[in-house]
Amino acid sequence: MESFLSRYRNLSILLLLLVAQLLLLAYQVKSNQDVRLIRLWAVTAVTPVARVIEWARAGIAGAWENLFVLSDVRAENTRLRKDLDDLRLKNQMLAAELQMADRVKALVEFRSQIPSKTIAARIIGTGTGANTRTVYVDRGSVEGVKRGMAAISAKGIVGKIVAAYPTASLVQLITEQGSVAGVISQKNRVRGTLKGQGSGTLIVDYIRNEEKVDPGEWFYTSGTDRIFPRGLPVGIVKMVREGRGGKEVVVEPSGLENGLEEMLIVIDGVHGSIPEAETAPSSDISILPAPPEDAPVQQAAPVPGAPAAPQPAAPAGSAPAAKDLKTDADRLLEKYRRVGESQGIVLGTTKIRVPDFNRAPEAAKPAAPDATKPAPANPGPAAVTRQ
Amino acid sequence: MSSFDEGLLPNTPRRQTVSRFRIASWVLIPLAAILFQVYVRRLAAFLGYLELPLLVTVYFSLMRRQPVAGAITGSLIGLAQDSLSQHPLGMFGIVKTLVGYFAASISQRFDVDNHALRFILSFFFFLFHQFFFWVLSRALLGQSLDVPIPQSIIFAFLNAVVAVPLYAILDRLKTEER
Repeated sequence: MESFLSRYRNLSILLLLLVAQLLLLAYQVKSNQDVRLIRLWAVTAVTPVARVIEWARAGIAGAWENLFVLSDVRAENTRLRKDLDDLRLKNQMLAAELQMADRVKALVEFRSQIPSKTIAARIIGTGTGANTRTVYVDRGSVEGVKRGMAAISAKGIVGKIVAAYPTASLVQLITEQGSVAGVISQKNRVRGTLKGQGSGTLIVDYIRNEEKVDPGEWFYTSGTDRIFPRGLPVGIVKMVREGRGGKEVVVEPSGLENGLEEMLIVIDGVHGSIPEAETAPSSDISILPAPPEDAPVQQAAPVPGAPAAPQPAAPAGSAPAAKDLKTDADRLLEKYRRVGESQGIVLGTTKIRVPDFNRAPEAAKPAAPDATKPAPANPGPAAVTRQ
Repeated sequence: MSSFDEGLLPNTPRRQTVSRFRIASWVLIPLAAILFQVYVRRLAAFLGYLELPLLVTVYFSLMRRQPVAGAITGSLIGLAQDSLSQHPLGMFGIVKTLVGYFAASISQRFDVDNHALRFILSFFFFLFHQFFFWVLSRALLGQSLDVPIPQSIIFAFLNAVVAVPLYAILDRLKTEER
């Protein structure tokens, strides 16, 4: 037996190994159980090595990615940053274009709403000088621009043309020192003269302390300056206080807000109306809508015992319109002027001839609508002073 | 006897040398082969055809020239491979035991340093390994594995192609001994 094993040693060991593994296999198949211990040893032995390999692989892959892939990412990042800058620049340009389009749209809309004939102009430069408030626009005498024309925007008046050249014009902004315009307040219809101060605000001069101007009130052009058509917004009152020679009213111009790029030059001005001030609606008080501005002024029925009021039938060139008589002094002066005219006397002349102010003016006689209640022929002085 | 036969048969003393390896090589090289087998499908699926534990078994068996050593080497590598697979322990063990035994037996008659012989043996033992594994699965486990023959031949060829340079690299780790 010993000689057999030694002679077939290789074969015996092979058979031994095979039989052992077959028995192991048969045990697993027969019992349907796994040899967990051997697998546990194998996995426990392999797992740390596998973990090290995986760690090394991940490290190498990460280094590779940092070396090559991230270099591409860096280049891509640089390119994307450049693209982002380009897009930001383009976005700003588009936003500016959009703002300009909005401004032009508002200007065109405003242009269609006002009765005056205008042409649009764009600012192409500013006047020389440290504190100058003049700008050049791209419209000149070729397009019909003349010196003295008004420049306005959708938000208000801008200035006036002080020089017209063939292809450009110089506009003196309303804020320039020495710039003036006739204005009237919206709510109280107080007239004054708007003056530029060389700063961002304007003052309204020649307003008496007795007249009422509220902060926040709007001023509109009155048209008396023969430059700006009546009814254009000028600005809003920022500050009001009483002064020595009259009220000190500071107005913030509305036409120069948020920068100015475009404007309208009034080629043929037409006076418009001044909008009524908005009042807060109240459910307790019934208020009729405002009468139309251009309707003829209806004279109130004469009060018995009182002289007839001045009639609007007076010649337009000799007497101001009734709606322009805002103060008692204006109305009294107009009454005296009419009395004088009815007696053939012109007030203010050198002739020393005083009219009889106790006689009513002839033009006022037929104004009474009610024939049953005629106006007295000679109203007393007390009646005159009541007006 | 032709010149080719003289080149393959170990008549000279040099060709009868037995290669020896360090213990670390005995442990780490099969372990690396098994780990490669474990990781190869996860990292590079296209290298899934490689049967590195088989190639290592063949190499160590050829170099040791001792059938017993070859059988033991094959059984250990096979069992280790079994323990990390879903198969019952012993399937790869039995097959690789036979591979190791036969490879070592062949190495006693041929010059295993010859690259052509290494290529042929690797090709042959891969097919043998696949065939015997199929037989064991069918006979012992009752499983009918589908083993496409053309694909097995191609895989055997590819493994043989890889085996030649792999064995050349492993040759640097051996210490020859008469």
